[in-house]
Amino acid sequence: MSSSSEDTASLYQKHIPIHTRSVKGKFRNFKTAVLVLAYTVYFLLPWLPWHRANGSHQAVLFDLAARRFYLFDLVIYPQDIFLLSLLLFIAATLLFFVTGLVGRAWCGFFCFQTLWTDLFIMIEHWIQGERPARIRLSKQPWGAEKVLKIGGSHVLMIAISFWTAFTFAIYYTDAHQFVIDFLSGNAAQAGYITVLALGFATYLAGGLGREQICIYICPYARFQAVMYEAETLAVSYDARRGEGSKGRVIPIKGLRTQEERHVAGHGDCIDCGFCVQVCPTGIDIRNGLQYQCISCGLCIDACNNIMDSVGYPRGLIRYDSEKNLASAQPEKPQIKWKRLKVVGYAVALLSMIAFMIYTLGTRTAAEVQVQQIRQPLFVELSDGKIRNRYDIHIVNKTEREEVFTIHATGIPEDALSLGHVSEIKARAGKDLTIAAKVDLEHDLAERVHEIKFIITPLSNPQEAIVREVNFSSKQKEHDEKEQDSHD
Amino acid sequence: MSQDKDKTGAVTTTGHRWDDTLEEFSNPLPRWWVWTFYLSAIFTVVYWLFYPAWPVGNTYTIGIPGWNSINYTATQPDGKEVQKSTHWNMRALLAKDMNDLHAKQKQYFDKVAALPYEKVAQDAELMQFVNSAGKTLFSDNCKPCHQAGGQGKITFAPNLIDDSWMYGGSYEKIHQTLTGGRRGFMPAFKEVLSDAQITQLANYVLSLSGDLHDAKAAKAGDALFHGETAACYFCHGADGKGKVEMGSANLADKIWLWVNIPEDKTVESKVADVKNVINAGLNRGVMPNWDTRLKPEQIKLLTVYVHDSLGGGK
Repeated sequence: MSSSSEDTASLYQKHIPIHTRSVKGKFRNFKTAVLVLAYTVYFLLPWLPWHRANGSHQAVLFDLAARRFYLFDLVIYPQDIFLLSLLLFIAATLLFFVTGLVGRAWCGFFCFQTLWTDLFIMIEHWIQGERPARIRLSKQPWGAEKVLKIGGSHVLMIAISFWTAFTFAIYYTDAHQFVIDFLSGNAAQAGYITVLALGFATYLAGGLGREQICIYICPYARFQAVMYEAETLAVSYDARRGEGSKGRVIPIKGLRTQEERHVAGHGDCIDCGFCVQVCPTGIDIRNGLQYQCISCGLCIDACNNIMDSVGYPRGLIRYDSEKNLASAQPEKPQIKWKRLKVVGYAVALLSMIAFMIYTLGTRTAAEVQVQQIRQPLFVELSDGKIRNRYDIHIVNKTEREEVFTIHATGIPEDALSLGHVSEIKARAGKDLTIAAKVDLEHDLAERVHEIKFIITPLSNPQEAIVREVNFSSKQKEHDEKEQDSHD
Repeated sequence: MSQDKDKTGAVTTTGHRWDDTLEEFSNPLPRWWVWTFYLSAIFTVVYWLFYPAWPVGNTYTIGIPGWNSINYTATQPDGKEVQKSTHWNMRALLAKDMNDLHAKQKQYFDKVAALPYEKVAQDAELMQFVNSAGKTLFSDNCKPCHQAGGQGKITFAPNLIDDSWMYGGSYEKIHQTLTGGRRGFMPAFKEVLSDAQITQLANYVLSLSGDLHDAKAAKAGDALFHGETAACYFCHGADGKGKVEMGSANLADKIWLWVNIPEDKTVESKVADVKNVINAGLNRGVMPNWDTRLKPEQIKLLTVYVHDSLGGGK
């Protein structure tokens, strides 16, 4: 590099802006499809209405203040926090699984940093033109054209950044009301802070930072590298085919056809540099696998187009594994999944997905926990009866008020007392703790080991919840102590 | 970036090399990264202007006065409320938070205070508050004697979760006990009765609750109990069930407070324990009054807690 000595002298690296060339091909099409789909869902979902008898009429709403998440027909309460940990586990395993198979597919096609950077580059392309035009524009002195074009694209980027932040905010509040409140200055402080901070961050990361985020900031970029194995498919340059024995060379006279080049000892790479020009992180894939590579596949598209135009076979840059590239007889690249790591990730992923579906499928509208009061476990009453006390904690996970009845089986009907509480009514999405007392005759108390509490929601009696609890008494406690001392 | 980087992809190293292949790279930092460092340095200066920062002697800088102050209402030890304004600090923030929480809690206390006992006990949601706030109040004030769960301690403090109430277990009686306190007293009979008579009385007392006793001695004790020399019936009642008005013990139930009869295995030890009480009398049953230490609404809430969450009712 020409500036090598200066770079070594300076402690700091100058930021060289990347002006990527646009490219056509299957990876570009896939990226565009993901972009359109992701943006359609992200920007429109909070506006989707949903019919609910009670609660919000927004299909997706993360209502932090009321402590519930609405996801279409599902309403999630803080008690369902377990679902979140399941979801995070599934997301993490999916990342491991996919990365083990096809490398950093998340980075290249799905990561929001990639999506927003891609969109912002498209804006620059649309306003300022193709790569040579953009380079020319950036080199020319500031004037009306430069201010208009560069300023215009940044204004558009900032607008999209704030629309992005605004959309994020309305996932957490009533969308229509927030628009009115936001514009009239009546929205909550947190709303303005969210929109400002996230809007600014989006512009900073997608509009200015771009590949710097992936290279210097993102931790995923680093730890995904350890998930690569020799069989993992990655965007790779076939150096053997591209370089030959004498290296790559441009197709000058006498080196135009494959035969001529092979005879002269040169490889198929005509050193056009298109793979470098289309790269959003500005690297040269021909230097091998690099941590800067986000695996977006645009260089594959670029190289294939060139190979087509010069009449050489495609695939000089392709998705291939390190092992296959190094083997004496490379085969057609394919996904190799019969590996311990990949199968392990798959098993973890599938079992957790199955568990999540089971959990969601068997979810009841109410959640009940019965806990015996342990200090003391029992008390002897004046007539010799034994009393145990219990806390019955009921969570009403519906959007309407629910009345419950509490019964106990295995004991006489009058043994259970709920004090003077006249009606067990839990408000929508709220919980309630009921104190229960069970008094049993002395002899019966020694025989009864367990009591079943049956908690029935009146509007839905078939969803009665049964909870088994211990009943403690003097003799049993004594026996257990004996048992322990014998053990 | 490497758009114009050396085609060989070579990197500069510091020249340090370990184990043949491990090298220390000398990659330059991106310049913007350095700017974030300068920005964070500028941020600290702004921070000093708004928040406590530098230690100076045995005090510290508090930032520019008035730029980031906290106003809150402080309650002094004598109960007087004063408006305070101070520089930003965690203690003032905590005081502010506590004020907000007390204001929220007050709604519930007000509700408990305004409703009759029975209405409070019927309201499941309000009882939830009574249970949690009551537990805290009980732990702070009652636990040292009556124990964390209210189970009391034989020979020391009465059990509040059974159904035996020396001074009555109704809302009104519990409230009266809490506000006015109680003082139990039983005279010593050592000087009045002979040892044989006291033994007979002890056997009778044990017979009242169906415990182990000597039937012949108990019969003689019966006469003494209801006679005028000992006059036990005067306080404990002719049936031995005690009198709520004076807090005399119910001798006819299975619950014992001042002697641990259930733990005594032989009739001799049971008789000896009861005799001790008759001989020496009792002057230990003191419960302090709480009307000077707790607010009326706290006493009311505790009354409902003891009555409904613990074992009141009789």
